[in-house]
Amino acid sequence: MALRLPRIGTSQVAALVLILAANWMVSPQFFDIRMQDGRLFGSLIDVLNRGAPVALLSLGMVLVIAMRGIDLSVGAVMAICGAIAASLADSHSLPVVLAAALGAGLACGLWNGLLVAVLGIQPIVATLILMVAGRGIAQLITEGRIVTFTSPELAFLGSGSVLGLPTPVVLTLGMLALTLLVVRGTALGLMIEATGGNPRASALAGVGTRVITVAVYMWSGLCAALAGIVAAADILGADANNAGLWLELDAILAVVIGGTSLFGGRFSVILAVVGALIIQAMNTGILLSGFPPETNLVVKALVVLAVLLAQSPRLGGFLAGLGVLFGRRP
Amino acid sequence: MTRSLNRLMPVFATTAVFLAGFVLCSLAYPNFASLRVVMNLLTDNAFLGIVAVGMTFVIISGGIDLSVGSVIGFTTVFLALAIERWGVPPLAAFAIILIICAAFGAAMGAVIQYFELPPFIVTLAGMFLARGVSFLMSTESIPVDAALYSHLSDYAIRLSGGARLTVPAMIMLAVVGAGMVLLHLTRFGANVYALGGSRTATALMGINVARTTVLIYTLSSVLAGLSGIVFSLYTSSGYSLSAVGVELDAIAAVVIGGTLLSGGYGFVFGSFLGVLIQGLIQTYISFDGTLSSWWAKIATGLLLFAFIAFQQITLYMARRSRLRPAGVAQGVLQP
Repeated sequence: MALRLPRIGTSQVAALVLILAANWMVSPQFFDIRMQDGRLFGSLIDVLNRGAPVALLSLGMVLVIAMRGIDLSVGAVMAICGAIAASLADSHSLPVVLAAALGAGLACGLWNGLLVAVLGIQPIVATLILMVAGRGIAQLITEGRIVTFTSPELAFLGSGSVLGLPTPVVLTLGMLALTLLVVRGTALGLMIEATGGNPRASALAGVGTRVITVAVYMWSGLCAALAGIVAAADILGADANNAGLWLELDAILAVVIGGTSLFGGRFSVILAVVGALIIQAMNTGILLSGFPPETNLVVKALVVLAVLLAQSPRLGGFLAGLGVLFGRRP
Repeated sequence: MTRSLNRLMPVFATTAVFLAGFVLCSLAYPNFASLRVVMNLLTDNAFLGIVAVGMTFVIISGGIDLSVGSVIGFTTVFLALAIERWGVPPLAAFAIILIICAAFGAAMGAVIQYFELPPFIVTLAGMFLARGVSFLMSTESIPVDAALYSHLSDYAIRLSGGARLTVPAMIMLAVVGAGMVLLHLTRFGANVYALGGSRTATALMGINVARTTVLIYTLSSVLAGLSGIVFSLYTSSGYSLSAVGVELDAIAAVVIGGTLLSGGYGFVFGSFLGVLIQGLIQTYISFDGTLSSWWAKIATGLLLFAFIAFQQITLYMARRSRLRPAGVAQGVLQP
């Protein structure tokens, strides 16, 4: 059978376990979880909770990348939707607030999707437009201020808890289940992989590549909107300048760590979320170990490089070449 | 003749937008149309102009370099530490940092070339690395008060009307001129265009693709380092958070300047105009005083969209007029 079987992601899970173990060595109470006021507390829960926005973004990003696209605008979309949610929160009911913010996310995704699928613009450029302009739009909504709100319903989405788990974690799990259901429960995932592998051949084979492309970018916009709402609800306000800043890079990183090929054609939704957790576990670990938080970026750079080299088709040849160089037969 | 004119269309469009923008600004504010404003435009955007020249080479070759902003930040921190803490003479520090940047760019180019990885993600790692290292070196802003710095920032060619052609502006103009010569008149420049057209065809033509790729990223990083030197002269300090997001401004300037992001086509002069247009928007906003800075981002986004849409339409028209005869020939050939 020529079809590549879905990988089980042993290396990603092993990396996550390794990092968690390292965190445990640095801080022995890392795995301690206690129940307080009907909500679980502990470093591990904290990793899940802090990792939720990037995990949400990666749920959209993984599908975009599987189609050989990229969505640079997710950080800016987060800022826009957070700004909308925060400025409506105290004057409108929760359903209206959510509908407006999620609708804005879908509209942003639609814009990106149309540019890519209909105008045929390269994804990196098409989404760059919204990445540059989006933060300006968000500031236009907040009028350059940091908009704060007091609505307890919206705040619940950021800092509340359901069955003891923080709401962002529950939301992420829900979105993960929904994504898996839609993508792997139907033929849609296969069509996305086909489009990423060879858009022309897929179109000739009868796959509606245009519609799928637009839909996937809209999904990414929706995920970014949800992440923006969670981020705004968490701090009871929207900061158009800093909400979601550089998170698009973390989301891409999470997807790449999750083993999804940047050349399109195969993806794993669950491993992308594991990738997001690996990033967050590293962040938390560096904080716990007392290293300066500045180390974070260097560590991230080295991880990206290691993952990329491991994915590279040329690495095998390179190692063989080294073997020859040092007088060993490959 | 008409073909070469057609080739230059995007640059003409950019020039027209810049001139129209300048005339509009001058009509709104009579003080705008002065040599002084133009010279300030050059000085304030000098570091962006230098980076945009390097980015033009990278984008024409079909790549992208996201690390330039971080390299600028790293350069300013390194210079401040070297001059203030380690007592290195400024000129020696300039030479050292340019060598470090060259090595950094060459390493990224080599990884892109030999491991066949997308430039986007490799330079993203470079961006994290350069920013992270500058954070590790220092998180606070370090003032530089070397004699050479005040000397260089005081030095300027005085023009009429109180206008000054400053050292950063002179460096940028020199880089733009040298970039034009390098891209349009040398074999290296021709190779850059060829790479953007088709890597495989370029390799088959016998051009050393590996060497050209490594050189392109080396050039981009060296120019980012030079831009960092100018930035450090301009601000007289080193700060690890300086020039965040400059890579996006540079890419935007290159696109507004008419360079195709898919590679193979573009002009250094267009990128220079793209930088000036972005500067013009900023200057207009500061002249107006009531407009907020976020309008600059929205205006840049709109301009980006307009130019990309314009490119797509031109490409589409070109493809249609080329496809028709090709289709006929195919019909003849088929049995």
